[in-house]
Amino acid sequence: MSTTTIAGHSVNVNDEGFMTEYDEWNEDLGRELASMIGIDELTAEHWEAINFLRGDFAERSETPTLRRVTKVGGIPTKQLFVLFPKKPAKKMAYVAGLPKPKGCV
Amino acid sequence: MTVTHTNTTEAPLVPDFDDDSDRKICFVCSKGNLDMAYPALIMANGALAEGIETHIFFTFWGMDMINKKTMDDLQFTALGNAAMHMPPGLGKLSDKHMPQGLAGLPGMTGMATKMLKKQIADLDVPEVPEFLQLLSDMGAKLWACQMSVDMMGLDADDLFEEVVDVINVGEFMELSDGAQIVFV
Repeated sequence: MSTTTIAGHSVNVNDEGFMTEYDEWNEDLGRELASMIGIDELTAEHWEAINFLRGDFAERSETPTLRRVTKVGGIPTKQLFVLFPKKPAKKMAYVAGLPKPKGCV
Repeated sequence: MTVTHTNTTEAPLVPDFDDDSDRKICFVCSKGNLDMAYPALIMANGALAEGIETHIFFTFWGMDMINKKTMDDLQFTALGNAAMHMPPGLGKLSDKHMPQGLAGLPGMTGMATKMLKKQIADLDVPEVPEFLQLLSDMGAKLWACQMSVDMMGLDADDLFEEVVDVINVGEFMELSDGAQIVFV
């Protein structure tokens, strides 16, 4: 297990830098993770997506795919690409302190 | 993947999302069978999720995927498909290939289509029209082949709304300059 220091907290991460311990995450860390990948401000829309990801992961032990965030979380796909440019599925997961989604679709 | 050694670093470890990649990929969909519609759509979905510029060009029988009259009703047939297995749930028989004589019986194509649609839905993968809408929302550009449109007597109104334009092969070559091309 690797650890890294983010905003003064020592957290467990995988070899790419994604957090591996669900309970180590908090909203301050989320803001810090976002700023490290170029998202300087988390708006209410960002939080809606992040909270859906965390809630869904808590229920299913699996990071939701983009389609699930749209279909079940109710956030349009186009908006996800605006909020988390280029690679929303991976970037949302990173900011929410979750593993990358595994599903193909 | 979680690494097993302990390694505390000073600078935070941040994933490389490679946002500046100029990778571009073009899929050519030339088949209108239900089973042959999916490979390009699933790969295009993966490409878009990676932030890759993605184009899909529909030609010949692939036009059925974007023709509003046919796109909801693509079929899957066991006829001529030597790899087709007997249906699941029949024990050892399910491992056997389906005799082609059986595949040609009346109603078999309808049954095979229904089964494949259910298997796809069970994986929570959308049907073709919804999938094309999703890809378009993700930023895919859909293009129709001019020669196929002419040959099939179609016009722009017959095509799925998200199709950007009808283009000829020269224009396809221009837009696919520098791209990886996947022909399905």
